[in-house]
Amino acid sequence: MAVIYIDDKAYEVKPGKNLLETCLTLGFNLPYFCWHPAMGSVGACRQCAVKLFKDEQDTNGRIVMSCMEAVKDNMHLSVDDHTAKAFRSQVIEWLMTNHPHDCAVCDEGGSCHLQDMTVMTGHTYRRFQYKKRTYKNQYLGPFINHEMNRCIQCYRCVRFYKDYAGGKDLDVFAAHNHVYFGRAQDGMLENEFSGNLAEVCPTGVFTDKTLKEHYTRKWDMTMAPSICQHCSLGCNIIAGERYGELRQITSRFNGEVNGYFICDRGRFGYELVNSINRVQQPLIRGKIPDAVDKQSLYNHLNEILSNTKVIGIASPRASLESNFTLMQLVGKENFYQGISETEAQLMRTILHTMNSGQIHTPSLKETEKADAVLVLGEDLTNAAPLLALALRQAVRKKTIENAGQINIPSWHDAALREFAQQEKGELFIAYPTQTKLDEIASDSRHKSPDDIARLGFAIANYLNIMAPAPEGMDDDTLKYARQIADILKEAERPLIICGTSLYNEAILKAASNIAFALDTKDKKASLCFVVPECNSMGLAMMQAPSLNQAVEVLEKGEADTVIILENDLYRRGSKKDIDNLFNHCKQVIVLDHLHNDTTNRANVLIPVGTFAEADGTIVNNEGRAQCFFQVFMPKNENLRESWRWLDEFRQFKNGTSPEDLTTPGDLMDEMVGLMSQFKGAETVAPPADFRIYGQKVPREPHRYSGRTAMLANINVSEPKPPEDPDSALSFTMEGYKGIPPSPLIPFYWSPGWNSVQSINKYQTEIGGPLLGGDPGKRLFPETPVAENAFLNNIPPAFKPSPGEWLIVPLPHIFGSEELSIYTPGIAERSPKPYVAISKHDAENLNISESDIMQVQIRDQNYALPARIKEELPQGLAGIPFNIPGLSGIAWPAKGILTKAVI
Amino acid sequence: MISNLRTIGLTFLHMFRKRETIQYPEEKVVLHPRWRGRIVLTRDPDMGERCVGCYLCAAACPVDCISLQATEDENGRRYPEFFRINFSRCIFCGYCEEACPTYAIQLIPDFEMAEYQRQDLVYEKEDLLIDSEGKYPGYNYYKVAGLASGVKGKGEGTNEEPPVDIHSLLP
Ligand code: SF4
Ligand code: SF4
Ligand code: SF4
Ligand code: SF4
Ligand code: FES
Repeated sequence: MAVIYIDDKAYEVKPGKNLLETCLTLGFNLPYFCWHPAMGSVGACRQCAVKLFKDEQDTNGRIVMSCMEAVKDNMHLSVDDHTAKAFRSQVIEWLMTNHPHDCAVCDEGGSCHLQDMTVMTGHTYRRFQYKKRTYKNQYLGPFINHEMNRCIQCYRCVRFYKDYAGGKDLDVFAAHNHVYFGRAQDGMLENEFSGNLAEVCPTGVFTDKTLKEHYTRKWDMTMAPSICQHCSLGCNIIAGERYGELRQITSRFNGEVNGYFICDRGRFGYELVNSINRVQQPLIRGKIPDAVDKQSLYNHLNEILSNTKVIGIASPRASLESNFTLMQLVGKENFYQGISETEAQLMRTILHTMNSGQIHTPSLKETEKADAVLVLGEDLTNAAPLLALALRQAVRKKTIENAGQINIPSWHDAALREFAQQEKGELFIAYPTQTKLDEIASDSRHKSPDDIARLGFAIANYLNIMAPAPEGMDDDTLKYARQIADILKEAERPLIICGTSLYNEAILKAASNIAFALDTKDKKASLCFVVPECNSMGLAMMQAPSLNQAVEVLEKGEADTVIILENDLYRRGSKKDIDNLFNHCKQVIVLDHLHNDTTNRANVLIPVGTFAEADGTIVNNEGRAQCFFQVFMPKNENLRESWRWLDEFRQFKNGTSPEDLTTPGDLMDEMVGLMSQFKGAETVAPPADFRIYGQKVPREPHRYSGRTAMLANINVSEPKPPEDPDSALSFTMEGYKGIPPSPLIPFYWSPGWNSVQSINKYQTEIGGPLLGGDPGKRLFPETPVAENAFLNNIPPAFKPSPGEWLIVPLPHIFGSEELSIYTPGIAERSPKPYVAISKHDAENLNISESDIMQVQIRDQNYALPARIKEELPQGLAGIPFNIPGLSGIAWPAKGILTKAVI
Repeated sequence: MISNLRTIGLTFLHMFRKRETIQYPEEKVVLHPRWRGRIVLTRDPDMGERCVGCYLCAAACPVDCISLQATEDENGRRYPEFFRINFSRCIFCGYCEEACPTYAIQLIPDFEMAEYQRQDLVYEKEDLLIDSEGKYPGYNYYKVAGLASGVKGKGEGTNEEPPVDIHSLLP
C-alpha cells in the first residue's frame, strides 16, 4: 500500500495504478475522455489534469495528466487546485468550439459523457465567435449510426475497434484538426463487437441504430438486469423498455463474466421481443381464438392431461425454473431434454469432466489472463463471441508481463503497444476452416474433427505418458503436438478451450485429458467448454434422457401426448425424425413465444414471455448460475412466464379451481431441495421479499417521464402501476435510490454521471468487482471428487471416403442463433446458404466458386452455391449451422456432393 | 375587538373601490403575452414542426403529464410521432417551455380550456400544433444544429465551415 496526499489529505492506495483510476476509486469526480478502464491510458485528450507537487514544501507544482502518472508512495497532488481546474475547463471549452448544437437531436443526450464532463468542469458559455468544423457522415451498416460532427478526437473508438477487438475497417483519417474517424468507404462495420462503440465513444458520434428506430432517452426506460440469451457465455446485460416495446440492450458490467463489453448478437438481437411473429393468445386447434379463455383452456388441458400419457420436452433456451416446473408437472420419469442424443451425450461428457473437480472452468475474466491457449475445434468468434474477444486480450498478456520488467505499467496502453509491436502470445487453434482468430494465433491447423481430437490426445500423451496415445500419427503433427505440450507445460496459466460445435465427443475427451495431464498439486489447468445455448448447461445438469428417447417412448406407445417447452424441435433433428415424433402424438401442447415449425404442429399453443417478460435463472458454460429479471409487464396478459403457466396446470391438475391458483413459492428453493447439484443457484439474487430500508429497487430512473400522460389516451385516470411479487425490483421509479446489491442493478447512474461511465461508482475499485461482489454463483466443485482417470476412445484418423463427405456445421454469429435472427439487421448480416468445400474436392468435381452444388444429406436435398476454402481438409464439407433455410439437419452429418446440372 | 372593527371598516371602504370582477364571458380578460396558459406546439419560420422530440419537456414536467415518441422522416429530421399532454394534470408551471431547446412548446395567454369530461382534457399533437411561430419568431433549430435533416446540408448552417476534405493533408 502506498500513501498519497490529495489536497493535503492522506489516502492509502494501491501502488501500480495510475493516478486517474486511483482518484476515481477514491470517489473524486475527475473528468476524463481517452482513458478507459479496460483499455488503459494514452494521454490523448488532456482532460484529466491534476497538479503534482515535488514534495510537501513545493507550492508551485506542475500540471500533469493523471492518467499517465503512476501512483508512488508519498505523492502530493491536488485535484481542486485552481490552475488544474481552469486547465480542465479550458480543454472542454476548446473541444466545444467545434461541437455541434445537437444535444436535442443526439441519441447520446442524457447518457452523454461529454455532457457530464462539461457540466463537471463548469464550462457553460460559448466565447468562441468563429465557425464550426463539419464532416460528412458515413453509412456503417444496420447497427451503428455515424454523426461525425460530434467527435472530440479522443481516439477511444479506434483503440477499441482496432487494438482491442481486432477490427480492420475503422480507422482515423486525415490530419491535424481535421482527423476523421470512420471507414475508408461507406459500408458495413465488419467487426462482431462494433456495437460497443456506442458505449465506448464518449459522444454521440457512434450510436445504436436499432435504438434510433424507436428512440427513447435513458431516463425514460424501464430497465432490468438481464442475461444475454444468445449464446452459452451468459453475458450480463441491461434491457430497457418503453411503451411496451423492448428498446435497447446495453452491457451490464460483471467483472467475472463480460466486463465492459458484449457482442453485436447480444446487443442487437433483442427484436424478437417486439416481433409480429409473437404468439399472442392461447390457441386450441379447431376453436376460434377468441373463444379460448383461461377457464376453457384449463378445462381443455385438464381433459388432455388426465386422459393421456404425457411426457414433457424441455429446452436449453428455457430457464431452470421453467424446465423444473415442467418436470414437476409431468414427473421426473416423463421428462426429456429437448436435444438430440448426440448433443446430450456431448453434454454428459462435459458434465463428467466438470464434476470431477480436477479441472478449473475459468470465468471469461480468467480466460483473458491465460498465457498459453489451445483451442480445439471451435470457431470462437462465431460460437462464443466474447470468448474470442477475451483471447485477443490474452495473447497480449505475455508482452504486458515482459513490459512490466522494464517498468512499463499494465495500464500504459500507448507504451505497451509500442513495446509489443507485432509480438503475440501463445495461441494454438485447430479447426476445420480458417477462423478470425487465426490472425492472432501462433499457429493454426485445419483438420477434420477426429484429427483435432487425435492431436489433442497426442498433446495429453506428451504431457503425461499415462494418457492414451493415438496410433499412426505423422511426424509433423507429433512435432506440433510436442511443441504445444511444451508451451502448455511451461505456462503459468494454461487454458484449453473446446466445445460442442463440431458434435465430436472425442475432442471433448482429448481436451479433458490435456487438462488432467496438466493438473499438478499447485496448478490446476483451466478448461473452458463452449456449449450450444444459454441454458444448455443447466438443462444438462437436470440429467434427463434425450429427444431420441422421447421418440422411442412415443413409438412404443408408452406415451401419446407431449408438452413442449420453448423449443423448436425442427432445429434439433432432421425433418423426417421430428415429423415422426409428432405423428406418434395424440396431442401436442406447445409453450413458446414465437411461431415456428413446432408451434405449427401444436394442438394447444400457449404464449409465454421472453426473457424480457419473465424472471429466470440460467447456467452458463462455466457453470455459473445467473438470474435475469422481468423488464416490463406486457400489456397482453397472456404473455406469462412458462413456469407460471406450468405451475398453474399442476395446481389445476391437482384440483385447484382457476380462481384459487397461486403463484409458486420460491421455485429455486424447491428445485435445489430435489436436485442438490443446483445448490447455490437459489442464492444468486436476493429473494423477492428483499428490501433496502423497507424499499424495493426501482426499475425506472428518478427522471422517468410521462407517467400521467402515457396511458391518458386510453383512460385519463391512471391505472395503478403493475406490481412485481416475484422479485425485489419494482416497476416504478419509487424505491431505494442508492446502489443496490450487484445482482439487482437495473441501470448505472450516479449524480453528475449520467452515462455508462457511472459504472465507476458501482465498483470496489475501478475495473474491479462490483460492490458486494460480482453476481452469479458457480455450481461446480473445484476440489477433486474423483480419481484422476484419463479418458479413452481415440478415433481413427480421418480418411476421405470416395463419394461421401463429412459435413461439419459452421456456426455464424449472425444467423446461426434462433432468436437473434428476428432483428432485421442481424438477418441482413446472416450469410446466405452455402456449402464450403476444399480446393482439392472442388477441382475433382470441377467446381468453381459460387457454382451450385447438389448436397444430399440422408433424404434431404439442398442446392447450394459452393464456397471454396483452400484450407479445408479433403473429404470435408461445411454448411452454415442452423441458418434460415438450412436448419433441421441431424448432426454430425454425412452427405453426397455433386455438381448441379442446370 | 379593535382589530375586528378595523376589518369591518376596511371591508366597508372597499365598496367604493374600482371593481376587479369582470363580467366574464361577455367581457374578455386582458392577458399579458407572458401569461402561462394553454400549451401549444409551434412551427419554425419555414412552417416545419419545431418540436424535435428531444423529451426534455417531458423530463422537466413536475407532474409528468407530457408523453411523446420521437421519430424521423426520410431526411433524418426528427419530430414527434405522437405528443400528448394531459391537461387535467398540468399545473401550468412553464417548465416545459423553459426546457425546450427549440422554442417549440410554448405557454400562451389563454385559459379557456374547461371541459365537462376530464377525458377531453387529454390533448394530442393535432390539438396542440398551431400554424404559427408563437412568441419567438425567426428561430429555426435545424439551421443551427449540426445535423443535416433536409433543412440544410452539412456545413451549410449559420455557423459552419464547409465539410472537411478528409483526403487532404494540407494544414
Ligand atoms: S455528443 Fe453529447 S454533448 Fe454532444 S450533442 Fe450529443 S448529447 Fe450533446
Ligand atoms: S468518434 Fe467518439 S470515440 Fe472516436 S475519437 Fe471521436 S469522440 Fe472519441
Ligand atoms: S458473447 Fe454470447 S452471451 Fe455475450 S453478448 Fe454475445 S451472444 Fe450474448
Ligand atoms: S422540449 Fe421542445 S423540442 Fe423537446 S420534445 Fe419538448 S417540445 Fe419537443
Ligand atoms: S484521460 Fe488522461 S489524457 Fe485523456
